[in-house]
Amino acid sequence: MRIIAENLEQAYESAGRRLVALRDINFTIEPYEFVAIVGPSGSGKTTLLGLLAGLDRPSSGRVLLDGRDLGAMSEDERAAFRAANVGFVFQTFQLIPTLTALENVLVPLELKHDGQRADAERARALLERVGLGERLDHYPAQLSGGEQQRVALARAFANEPAVLFADEPTGNLDAENGAAVADLLVELNRERRTTLVLVTHDPKLAARAGRVIRLEGGRIVSDSGGAGGAVSRASAAGAASGARAGGAVAPANPGGAPAGAAPEEGAPAGGLAADETRFGGASAGGAPEGGAA
Amino acid sequence: MNMGFALRMARRELRAHRRRALAYMGAIATGVAALVAVNSFRSDVARAVSRDARAILGADLELRSRQAFTAPILALIDSLEAAGHETARAIRFGSMVYTTANRDAPRLLEVNALEGGYPFYGTVATEPPEAWRTFREGRRAVVDPAVLVYLGAAIGDTLRIGDAAFEIAGVLTEYPGELGVRVAVGPRVFIPLAYVEETNLLRFGSLASHRAYFRIEDTRAVERLVEAYDSLFDAERTRVETVAEVEEELGEALGSLARFLGLIALAALLLGCVGVASAVHVFVTERTETIAVLRCLGARPRTVFAIYLIEAAALGAGGAAIGAAAGTAIQFLLPALLAAFVPVDIEPRVNLPAVGGGLALGALVALAFALLPLLRIREVTPLRALRRDFAGRVRRLDSRRAAVLALLAAGVTAASIGQAPDVWTGLGFAAGIAATAALLAATAWLLMRGARRWLPRRAGYAVRQGVANLFRPQNQTLAATLGIGFGVFLLATLRVVQVNVLGQLEVDAGPHRPNLALFDIQDDQAEALNALLVERGVTPLASEAIVPARISAVNGRPVAEILADTMGRRPPRWVLNREYRNTYRDTLVETETLTAGRWWDDAPSVPGVARISLDEDIAEDLGIGVGDRITWDVQGVLVESEVASLRRINWARLATNFFVVFEPGSLDGAPKTHVVLARVEDPAERAALQRAVVERFSNISMLDLVRVQETVDAVLSRAALAVRFMALFSIGAGLIVLVGSVATTRYQRLRESALLRTLGARAREIRRILAVEYLAIGTVAALSGSALAAGAGWGLARFVFDMPYRVPWGSLAAAWLLASALTVAVGFASSRGVVRRPPLATLRELAE
Repeated sequence: MRIIAENLEQAYESAGRRLVALRDINFTIEPYEFVAIVGPSGSGKTTLLGLLAGLDRPSSGRVLLDGRDLGAMSEDERAAFRAANVGFVFQTFQLIPTLTALENVLVPLELKHDGQRADAERARALLERVGLGERLDHYPAQLSGGEQQRVALARAFANEPAVLFADEPTGNLDAENGAAVADLLVELNRERRTTLVLVTHDPKLAARAGRVIRLEGGRIVSDSGGAGGAVSRASAAGAASGARAGGAVAPANPGGAPAGAAPEEGAPAGGLAADETRFGGASAGGAPEGGAA
Repeated sequence: MNMGFALRMARRELRAHRRRALAYMGAIATGVAALVAVNSFRSDVARAVSRDARAILGADLELRSRQAFTAPILALIDSLEAAGHETARAIRFGSMVYTTANRDAPRLLEVNALEGGYPFYGTVATEPPEAWRTFREGRRAVVDPAVLVYLGAAIGDTLRIGDAAFEIAGVLTEYPGELGVRVAVGPRVFIPLAYVEETNLLRFGSLASHRAYFRIEDTRAVERLVEAYDSLFDAERTRVETVAEVEEELGEALGSLARFLGLIALAALLLGCVGVASAVHVFVTERTETIAVLRCLGARPRTVFAIYLIEAAALGAGGAAIGAAAGTAIQFLLPALLAAFVPVDIEPRVNLPAVGGGLALGALVALAFALLPLLRIREVTPLRALRRDFAGRVRRLDSRRAAVLALLAAGVTAASIGQAPDVWTGLGFAAGIAATAALLAATAWLLMRGARRWLPRRAGYAVRQGVANLFRPQNQTLAATLGIGFGVFLLATLRVVQVNVLGQLEVDAGPHRPNLALFDIQDDQAEALNALLVERGVTPLASEAIVPARISAVNGRPVAEILADTMGRRPPRWVLNREYRNTYRDTLVETETLTAGRWWDDAPSVPGVARISLDEDIAEDLGIGVGDRITWDVQGVLVESEVASLRRINWARLATNFFVVFEPGSLDGAPKTHVVLARVEDPAERAALQRAVVERFSNISMLDLVRVQETVDAVLSRAALAVRFMALFSIGAGLIVLVGSVATTRYQRLRESALLRTLGARAREIRRILAVEYLAIGTVAALSGSALAAGAGWGLARFVFDMPYRVPWGSLAAAWLLASALTVAVGFASSRGVVRRPPLATLRELAE
């Protein structure tokens, strides 16, 4: 799914003062692209994610998903659109505490088809895929943080979304669990051929993205997919034609990543293809998709 | 909307909140149980009354007169008897009765002198069984069991009634239309009518009721008869009672009693609904993130709304069902509680309309109360799933909210009117509920504001935290204040009224209050009686003359003419027709206040016209005021009078009060009797004095006011018992609301307390924090409930009971302290887990 942000601005009135959280946001995210939005705390990352997913309305500008203006839709239309096309992964997992793991994964399917036998099968298969086949009937409180986030991943992919939004998916996990969840997220993204937009603080995770958009003080200060819409679109055209690597121009981490991260980021700088190859090699399940690049 | 999904989600959520669901259903069940019980009871009573009305009257037609039947009435009685209708005669009067077997004090009892086969309907049973038949054959009496107890007598003893003596032939064990309280108020002695003359008691001025009973099985014939002789009965001052009237009057009276109890039940239901609203409010607050996640996953606002609406409806229906079942069971307890006030045998029966009505009302009202907090669901933005701190826009009053509020107000008003004895009472009740709720909500708001403003910064940690808990997010201040305050209000109001009514009757309040009243003293006995009193060392506190008289004309218009006038506003019949027992004196007494005109001064303004002072209510009924004239018929002599003043009389006191007071001298020479009030401290001396008076003056009646007070006390306690029983449901609902509101914030408390303990707080400190919080809520809520009760008590005393009002500080303070202590206790009991659990277990469980 193609996501276009046009002159987005988001401002809040607070105690009589106008606080601008986002301004001048322009970019295009092409289908199947994996984009990381990075930046310091308070730079507007999560606000941007909320706008892209249609959870909030921008003060001005617009967001087009698949050519449809989210701002022009009613609340119900946006809900139906999300149910059909969007998946979510949250920093705090946000499983519904009163539902079992299986039921949590079932929610998007039930919203879509109103509960069919096939849905339960599908949800079970997804939980097996994330390694929780034995814990279908456990409640969130009975699962560890890593396990909860894996259930959340299964839920996010349950309705075969065209685009997946992830907000700091590893932010609440230790290094080991974080890495496992990150691996799963990337693998599933490739298996299911979704567009993935993720907000993260984690340089390692950002490094796995094909494109990194960096925000500071509510503005885009760099975009590895291109300096503006035009470049981005060019990149997209390239991606669509199969020559994905060609579009990548900007360095992935112009803000100065930690020294240790630099060698790793060298690879994604080459483009999505290299990125996928690398992970395709690292993960047994991801090989076929990686081969397509 | 995705109905299947909503249903499935609602079911899953319910499964996870079993404990909370129980509190929620309990809150509704309590009110519905009370309502179903009372409404079933009401229909049980109606059924029993229509079944027993004939037995209660004991005949098909009764004629009643305050004087011996006049010639035209006697002629009518004879003609009915001649027409083949079974007829019976009776005279009923009060008299001192004592037994010659001992020296116990004589008692004022109701004497029924009977002739003929009355009662024609219903069962009379005596011990021994033949007594009811044989007592008519000689100088024998059948008595209520209480008579034997009062007089220390036994079957076979001799009773002295006036100048006659009767042997006790047996006691009554069953009598149709028996009313529990009446046995306490005036136990009966039945004697044959043939010997009533021998008692020498039916003298001038004594209150006797002459009765005639007829068996006329054709109801239509009774109706025709009553209609045909209507004007004769009016002219001869004879009252008529038929089975249909008994059924109607009794049904109405008992219906009002049941409906009054129904209002208390409704209050319990509404209290429960306050609990429902607060539970839903806290619940929605807690589920905000889940709601946001569902929205993120693509659920429409109305689908999410439906999930929780279905949940609330299911719980409401469940609670109502439990309540209906419990109420049907409780219905079987009510007849025992109310037996003293219900003269019929009640057979409780499952009453489908009452059960169905209770079910529907409970479920609907609960849903309506849940709707308001549920509306917030639609405002939860999916953004909340991304950032917890995002509050979203708060809209105070939109059209939906206004619609729900209007629905709520309409629902409560409709339910009140449906439950109340009449429309105005219903409206008043609904308004009272709304005002009370508003005042309590204002109190809660002030408490929160005050706690925030004057947070005791210097106080210890626990006090600061506890006070801060009052106004922190997700606080339970409003819900708890409403619940506790309302419960305390209801109970304290009942208590305040009871204390005031009883306080009025306090005989031992001071040395100047009389405790013995002697009346029916004939003019020629007055001096001798006075001498007897002085001889025994008793100084009368007051002595008043009673001059019986009837109204002959008002402002020159004869009573008959006023009664015949069907146009315009006519005074009530009894006000024009009754026999007034007037007095004359030159001063106002303690129980009177002048409200219009002036008390007499030296010279009469118009010669030959006596000045009188009227009770203001009687004046209003008669439609007259100061300056108007009344012509009195004093035993055949016409006396012209002019209203000089109006008085307000406190009738609630045990004292001699008069509708009409003449100026002294204006009734000289009129036939009169006397009343003497006295105080005799020693009960034994009081008994001996009564015995001495009766043995010498058999016609003089005496009331030991201490005994009267005991009796009234007993009757009121039994009435209060029934009311308190219903109020129990309110307390129950209030407690459930309290437990519920503590339970619903349990997770919040768990989290906070675990954090505090992790940071090093000891269990004792956590307990202290909770104690401060519950104590603050409990004291403030109970205090405002008590204060409101004091106000409501004043209103009831002023406008309903028409008596002066005294704030019963002791009772109010007791209610306040008790409710506060209870709040802390319940709060502690339900947060025990919060304090005891190891913090890590809590933190793990809460880490979603």
